[in-house]
Amino acid sequence: MADESGAITGAAPPKRPAAELAIDVEQVSLWYGTFQALFEVDLQVQSGSITALIGPSGCGKSTLLRSVNRINERLGDYVRTTGSIRVMGHDVLADGVDLAQLRKQVGMVFQRPNPLPLSIRENVLFGHRLHRADEKFSKADENQIVEEALTEVLLWDEVKDRLGQRATELSLEAQQKLCIARLLPVKPKVILMDEPTSALDPKATETLEHLLWELKGEYTILIVTHNMAQARRASEETAFMLLGRMVEHRSTEDLFLTPREQETADYIEGRYG
Amino acid sequence: MRRSVGDLDRRGRAWYVDKAVAGLVFIGGISAIVFIIGIFVFITREGWTFVFGTLDFGEFFTSIEWRPTSENDPTYGALALIAGTASVTGLAMLVAVPFSLGAAIFIAEFATGRTREALKVLVELLAAIPSVVWGFIGLAIMNPLIIDLFDVPIGLGVLNSGIILGLMAAPIMTTIAEDALKAVPDGYREAAEAMGATKWQVIRQVVLPAGKNGLMAAVLLGVGRGFGETMAVLMASGHSINLPTSPFDSVRALTATIAAELGDAPRGMEHYQALFTLGIFLFIVTFCINLAADIAVRGVRKG
Repeated sequence: MADESGAITGAAPPKRPAAELAIDVEQVSLWYGTFQALFEVDLQVQSGSITALIGPSGCGKSTLLRSVNRINERLGDYVRTTGSIRVMGHDVLADGVDLAQLRKQVGMVFQRPNPLPLSIRENVLFGHRLHRADEKFSKADENQIVEEALTEVLLWDEVKDRLGQRATELSLEAQQKLCIARLLPVKPKVILMDEPTSALDPKATETLEHLLWELKGEYTILIVTHNMAQARRASEETAFMLLGRMVEHRSTEDLFLTPREQETADYIEGRYG
Repeated sequence: MRRSVGDLDRRGRAWYVDKAVAGLVFIGGISAIVFIIGIFVFITREGWTFVFGTLDFGEFFTSIEWRPTSENDPTYGALALIAGTASVTGLAMLVAVPFSLGAAIFIAEFATGRTREALKVLVELLAAIPSVVWGFIGLAIMNPLIIDLFDVPIGLGVLNSGIILGLMAAPIMTTIAEDALKAVPDGYREAAEAMGATKWQVIRQVVLPAGKNGLMAAVLLGVGRGFGETMAVLMASGHSINLPTSPFDSVRALTATIAAELGDAPRGMEHYQALFTLGIFLFIVTFCINLAADIAVRGVRKG
């Protein structure tokens, strides 16, 4: 692998002007203890686009995603990151970065829907209340925020009459939509999604993918997926990772139709992974 | 097909071992229930005739006159004893709840790796200190300390035994509360953190509400422990019949009364039966507390 690394890093698309970039990952390496999970990864995500990260299990795509909002660091000191990750031009790995502010800008949706054990309404308002604790909001303001967020994720009609219900009692599909809805009131620039449909059935997956297209533009979406068909359907650009390295990153159509690298071609043809 | 169906009926060694173990486990399990019922039957039988014969319920619950050894007019007012137990337990909870919940939050949410393991072992060690040692600490250390600090004639009383009992109950409460916090799915914490919540916001707004039933159970079991504790309370409370009006008053607990008097009460006599009545009362109260704790924990599983 080592002698190929030059060719691999050369596979990234040409640099774009920094202003258009929502996420700019440069030369990021990451270690879990002594295990190196990422090797000098570069990734540039255009503002307002949907980018899919694909690759076999253990290739580091989730690790990369979880570095962007630094949720990786929950694991403690044994995670070490070098290189730079910029979100909307700000270096998020810098010492002075306030994680609360970072995570306000960069929302995240997880593999298993994880609504908090509160009511639907409280879930939608949770992040909003965290970040705007010192401002006063009337009940009517809050109602409007809840309605807007739930409408945006196409959930409002389903739950509008039972906002007081515990969110954990909803169907998985509704829970996952709610997990997206609760990010919206704080107006994040970027939404990270870590295999958001892997717990859902095909029908729910379809509606969620549809929702991604609705959210695109207003939000920049970086989505990790196991499912190549999903990457093909639901993204504009696709980045393929293998063994902790970025192999190829191009427009989704190009990557799937005319992959440049042999590894990419083998993976999308299903020879491994 | 030469092989007969009879082969299916063959029982190997594993089958017998399995049946034997199942039997043993069944006996072990059922015996716990049998013993509990046996204990209840025993104390009820000893106190029965007294409860429904001689005992005046009004006197029992409202009079502070506990004079079971009086020659001509024995009285059995347990109010002072109940008040003694209640005041000591109440103060103990004031001490134990903040300490144990704080310790549980620290161990479950903040401490990592070795610190955490070391603390858990330490807390379990604390839980294993015999109650007579705690009583000794109350008598030999706390007593002179209280006399010096507050300039009171005697340091044995509600304050002393409440603090001792609180420290005694705290480790087991810590362990149970920590289990309750650990049972809160990590996904909740991760979700809240990913939304930008600080550690304290995660604990305050997510972990504590999600674990509240388990925490409630921890507190209730602590209360049950306080009610039932005998030796430490006997040694640190002063053991004098009193309706406490200040934390420095000496009091006497239900349990301590039984422990101190049972040896002198002739079997089958009224005094003896009255002590068993106290036992029945204690049994019912602790049973209710434990039941409440159990219901609280069940709530946690459902939610």
